[in-house]
Amino acid sequence: MGSELAVLFRRRRTWVMLLALALIPVLVAVAVRISSAGSSGRGPAFIEQISQNGLFVALVALTICIPLFLPLTVGVVAGDTISGEANLGTLRYLLVSPVGRARLLLVKFVAAMAFCLAATVVIVLAGVLIGAALFPVGPVTLLSGDTIGSGEAALRALLIAGYVTVSLLGLTAIGLFISTLTDIPVGAMAATVVISIVSQVLDSLPQLSALHPWLFSHYWLDFADLLRQPIEWSSFGTNTLLQLAYLAVFGTLAYGRFASKDVLS
Amino acid sequence: MPEGGLAIQTRGLTKVFGRQTVVNGIDLSVPRGSVFGFLGPNGSGKTTSIRMLLGLASATSGEITVLGQQMPKRAGTVLPRVGALIEGPGFYPFLSGTANLRRLDSADRFARTSTRTARVGEALERVGLTHAAGKKVRAYSLGMKQRLGIANALLTPRDLIVLDEPTNGLDPQGTREVRNLVRSLTAEGTTVFVSSHLLAEIEQMCTHAAVMRAGNLVAQGSLDELRQAGQSRVRVLTPDPGPARRVLAELGLAVEVDADGRETHPLDGESVTAPLDAGNWVDGPIDAGTRTDRPLDPERIVAALVAAGVRVRGFAVERASLEDLFVALTGEGFDVAQ
Repeated sequence: MGSELAVLFRRRRTWVMLLALALIPVLVAVAVRISSAGSSGRGPAFIEQISQNGLFVALVALTICIPLFLPLTVGVVAGDTISGEANLGTLRYLLVSPVGRARLLLVKFVAAMAFCLAATVVIVLAGVLIGAALFPVGPVTLLSGDTIGSGEAALRALLIAGYVTVSLLGLTAIGLFISTLTDIPVGAMAATVVISIVSQVLDSLPQLSALHPWLFSHYWLDFADLLRQPIEWSSFGTNTLLQLAYLAVFGTLAYGRFASKDVLS
Repeated sequence: MPEGGLAIQTRGLTKVFGRQTVVNGIDLSVPRGSVFGFLGPNGSGKTTSIRMLLGLASATSGEITVLGQQMPKRAGTVLPRVGALIEGPGFYPFLSGTANLRRLDSADRFARTSTRTARVGEALERVGLTHAAGKKVRAYSLGMKQRLGIANALLTPRDLIVLDEPTNGLDPQGTREVRNLVRSLTAEGTTVFVSSHLLAEIEQMCTHAAVMRAGNLVAQGSLDELRQAGQSRVRVLTPDPGPARRVLAELGLAVEVDADGRETHPLDGESVTAPLDAGNWVDGPIDAGTRTDRPLDPERIVAALVAAGVRVRGFAVERASLEDLFVALTGEGFDVAQ
């Protein structure tokens, strides 16, 4: 396990992706800072809030990253899990070391989730830091109108990072499954990203509303519920259940596929 | 487990991909402590067989026993005792040689963490890569990667080492090192299973061999046994080919009508050849104690020729080389059997 994480985080690619994600809150903050100098007072309400409280940079950045940038990076990591090893030729050596196939899948999944956590934490952390540097930081006014102190706000930020990480469970499991189907990592990565986009598109078609609660991306942006007082836990719970269901289905599929697969790469 | 038993045994091992039978019911027997050469042209099913032996691919039918235990059912206990280089090395190009070996070593749950650094260092030294240990594998040459692959097979003491085309991409110097390495491994009691399409390589380092052709096992045994399976023949150089043929025929040899076109010096006269069955004469060093007079001992053939007044200018018993056998078994040229 430690070795798996070491391989993941010793890759330059992993750091480039994390860096890119960290740049997004920075970009948002700098853009708002520059434009608010001669502010017209217009623009989406939530972006406007940044200039009043720097902590909001993190939330805005997350909202921007969730639809595309996060699925993109997660798709790269999850799609690479098995097919990447197969492509390098290391899969056969791992298996004869020997690593049990179930164990390998599990380790790969946990490592991919570790990346998801790292990615969200990086966004939140970068957002908070750049926000604090460029804007005033003070008590945060929640969506419900209540006000909480900075400490409590930091806690909420972590909670949100947790929520987003959990939200990515389903996509990671899908990526893992796709990765067992092919020896070409790029294909698995692209397919995973495409699936996340398709899911979001379906989610935006009102005609398919019956389908919406079953889409793994349906609750992605509901982390705002964690910004109410008292915290609205129901979306957190529903989301977790849904993600676990996806994990169970695609985890089983991945195991079913991988356990009997002839490794010929 | 019986000492001197079989390190690898397969019965009716078969692999079918779609409609193509890649490996067709092979029965391998690899004795413990041997250096076993697995020969065959490209595409004859060697690598697929090896993948099945190591549990990477499942057999369509047949049984596999490795180190006395069923595969792939007991893979968890068998594979830690097996080192392997399978169809070329596979490494993370963005990690150093050392880091790659550490990674694969940590994947083996039986490998002790406390001795890892020492074992990795030792394995690298054994293949002569110590100077490049810290370099990223991306910067390695093909030969260096191949060496690193062999180092990986040597990380822990193994009972069986499987090397698939170990000298691919190695220069002659490296090839010789691999031979020495294999020798030192057998000295430690390790069984080495080497696949190759290069006969010379097998001939130089193996004690046993098996030959694959188009998914079938066409020969198997110790090198001596294999050599004897080939045809030996006597060759007489004489200016009196007619009488020579007659004498040989009287001795019961089937004189070959069509000499094989080998160039002879004009002064030596013509070359007369006849196949000699191995059973009819004593091969190997002749020991006075066991010596028996058989009508077809080479020296008796010469005596018969001379007695008949044939001027013998040259006489030789030519043993079939493994190469003749290999070519006879697998066909010549590029017409790889489908």
